[in-house]
Amino acid sequence: MIQLENLTKQYGGRAPVVRGVNLHAAAGEFLVLIGESGSGKTTTLNMINRLTEPTNGRVLIGGEDVRAGDAVSVRRQMGFVFQEVGLFPHMTVAENIGITPRLLGWPADRIGARVHELLALVRLENAEIAKRFPAQLSGGQRQRAGLARALAARPKIMLMDEPFGALDALIRDELAADYRAIHNKLGLTTILVTHDMTEAFLLADRIAVMRDGELLQVATPKELAAEPANDFVKRLIEIPRQRAEKLARAMQSA
Amino acid sequence: MSALFSAGFANLPDYLGQHVLLSVSAILLGLLISLPLAIAAYRVAWLRGPSLAVASVVQTIPGLALLALFYPLLIIVSAFTAETFGFGFRALGFLPALLALTLYSMLPVLRNTITGLAGLDPAIIRAARATGMTPWQSLTMVELPLAAPIIMAGIRTAAVWVIGTATLSTPIGQTSLGNYIFTGLQTENWVLVLFGCISAALLALMIDRLLALAEDGFAKRTRWRLWAAFGGIVVIVGVSLFPLFGHAGETITIGTKSFDEQYILGSLMQDRLRAAGFATARRDGLGSTVAFHALTNGDIDIYVDYSGTIWANEMKRTDQPGRAAVMAQMTAYLQKKYGVLALGSLGFENAYAIAMRRANADQLHIDTLADLAAHAGNMTIGGDYEIFSRPEWRAVTKTYGFHFAKQRQYQSDFLYRALASGDVDAITAFSSDGRIAQYDLKLLPDPKSALPPYDAVVLISAKHAHDQKLIAALKPLIGAIDLRTMQQANLMVDRQTDKLTPETVARWLDAKITH
Repeated sequence: MIQLENLTKQYGGRAPVVRGVNLHAAAGEFLVLIGESGSGKTTTLNMINRLTEPTNGRVLIGGEDVRAGDAVSVRRQMGFVFQEVGLFPHMTVAENIGITPRLLGWPADRIGARVHELLALVRLENAEIAKRFPAQLSGGQRQRAGLARALAARPKIMLMDEPFGALDALIRDELAADYRAIHNKLGLTTILVTHDMTEAFLLADRIAVMRDGELLQVATPKELAAEPANDFVKRLIEIPRQRAEKLARAMQSA
Repeated sequence: MSALFSAGFANLPDYLGQHVLLSVSAILLGLLISLPLAIAAYRVAWLRGPSLAVASVVQTIPGLALLALFYPLLIIVSAFTAETFGFGFRALGFLPALLALTLYSMLPVLRNTITGLAGLDPAIIRAARATGMTPWQSLTMVELPLAAPIIMAGIRTAAVWVIGTATLSTPIGQTSLGNYIFTGLQTENWVLVLFGCISAALLALMIDRLLALAEDGFAKRTRWRLWAAFGGIVVIVGVSLFPLFGHAGETITIGTKSFDEQYILGSLMQDRLRAAGFATARRDGLGSTVAFHALTNGDIDIYVDYSGTIWANEMKRTDQPGRAAVMAQMTAYLQKKYGVLALGSLGFENAYAIAMRRANADQLHIDTLADLAAHAGNMTIGGDYEIFSRPEWRAVTKTYGFHFAKQRQYQSDFLYRALASGDVDAITAFSSDGRIAQYDLKLLPDPKSALPPYDAVVLISAKHAHDQKLIAALKPLIGAIDLRTMQQANLMVDRQTDKLTPETVARWLDAKITH
């Protein structure tokens, strides 16, 4: 479904931020791209829908190079969710959610029906919410609206850049679980970027670990835990386990 | 007082209409230029510095100077187009005022639009791209609506500046609310000055409040605010412009320079022409050379100039063949070079002359300009804005060997008071000025004839030089006003008590002539 071939991004004469990444995500797969900040994971994600253009290499969607057509239509075929959400503050929730269908020229009644369907899907069922402006929503509601906006034009592919990073812990887990259910239900192909290994383990079919612009290992959570490719990956996957052990000790002594 | 007020209100529809037409045109043209420029500068980073720098420099030019600069510029352009493409255009009045004010309006709009757009949350712009907007869609659907309150604030500043600065377009021949201020200033009619200031301020204030409402409407996303704001502006503009329509047919434009005598004579000629059935318009308060060029360029049709002024400034003559010869040679010169008709002298001279306080002059035993040279080194001389750069001044200082310790320039009304109060020791006065008698000043005779004669002459543009009806309407004025009568008339406008408007004095003068 999504094929990255030798994907490279370099700004000016500096060291490449992404270097020779080869990665494949099958249809229906939930792939998590993990790494520390500066590892090149967000740049890699941005090159998939051409928010950033690669210096070298290519991105194939269903066997077709995304750079063959124009960037705008590529973006309209994929959903994109950010940590900052990026809802348009001058539009209501309904207008935000309906934006891509509107750009695609859907008739108004079809957009209205789709917006209602999506509000139910992302569990924003309060009838009032559709008419509110983003500033009138809570953080979790905002991210749910952002998710609905990304899903509006029925994309097959979802790109998510630390989508739950800015949320409170409770809301975060709830929304992550909700999204995984939506992914399964709609048969989406998702690539999600995070620096949180626990999140990666809980959500991913496969995890791709990046460091300094390079891909270190791509494996299922189980394989990754059993056979980390090097010390860095090993340390990275140790973190959730160590935290769980510390937590257990702290609970016992209390 | 009430007579002065009613004189003010009588002109309000014309002045306000012209003022609003000019301001609105300048603001709209300014927006048409600065909005796209700001958007380009926002997208193309290197454009930002230069465009803001140019707009800032324009802003540092005083409004009056900027307006004045466009006149000679347009004369050159007009001459060029006339030669190359066979058409010229009016270099005086609306066009230079429009262009100068347009430039003036640009900085706040440019700066606020760039700041407003550049200050948007990058996450929102990224979201706009990610949802599949083209750059144009992102601009019109997201970036401009979000920056709209800041852009509106810039438009508001620009509108207030333009409405205020438009009052300065009077001296380049564009009627505006500034006509009250300039006429009031020249005739020391402070009621009229206040009238002009307050009406311009009220207009600016109303527009400012309405635009503030629009700004609020954009910020709070409330439709009724936007509708109310733009509805209000449309009503104000519509009502103001209404009196301007319905002017049809050819209009004779009368020019005046910026002093009382000119306003009186302008009104006198206007009354005569109206009585003869002509539609008339005024271009008041023109600079001396501006007036002459306006006449030769066809921007005005009639004005009164003084023979010596043309002799020295246009003909560049320094010799002194005598009053009649100067008159004859000037008439022939104007006819031959410009096709301008010098209809004749009104009957009096308004000569440049040097005046001192009588007591002071007597104490120093100064009776003529020849006596003044010995004392000039300890004296301060006051002059109007023109005299020290005119050839007459060079001629008189060269002939008598003057070296004054200091030179100061005054608006002509303050000039006499500066002399009376002792701020200056001598001034360049006008011989027909009523205030010479009022302040008991001594005019120093010119024994070496360094200064030319200054007969007041009615000049008619080439276009109307053969208009017999027009000539017949003005002919009775020729030779009809003697120096004493003109001095009396001038004093009625200049004096501190019982001030009359130039219009009233013009009617008094007309009655005196017909007797």
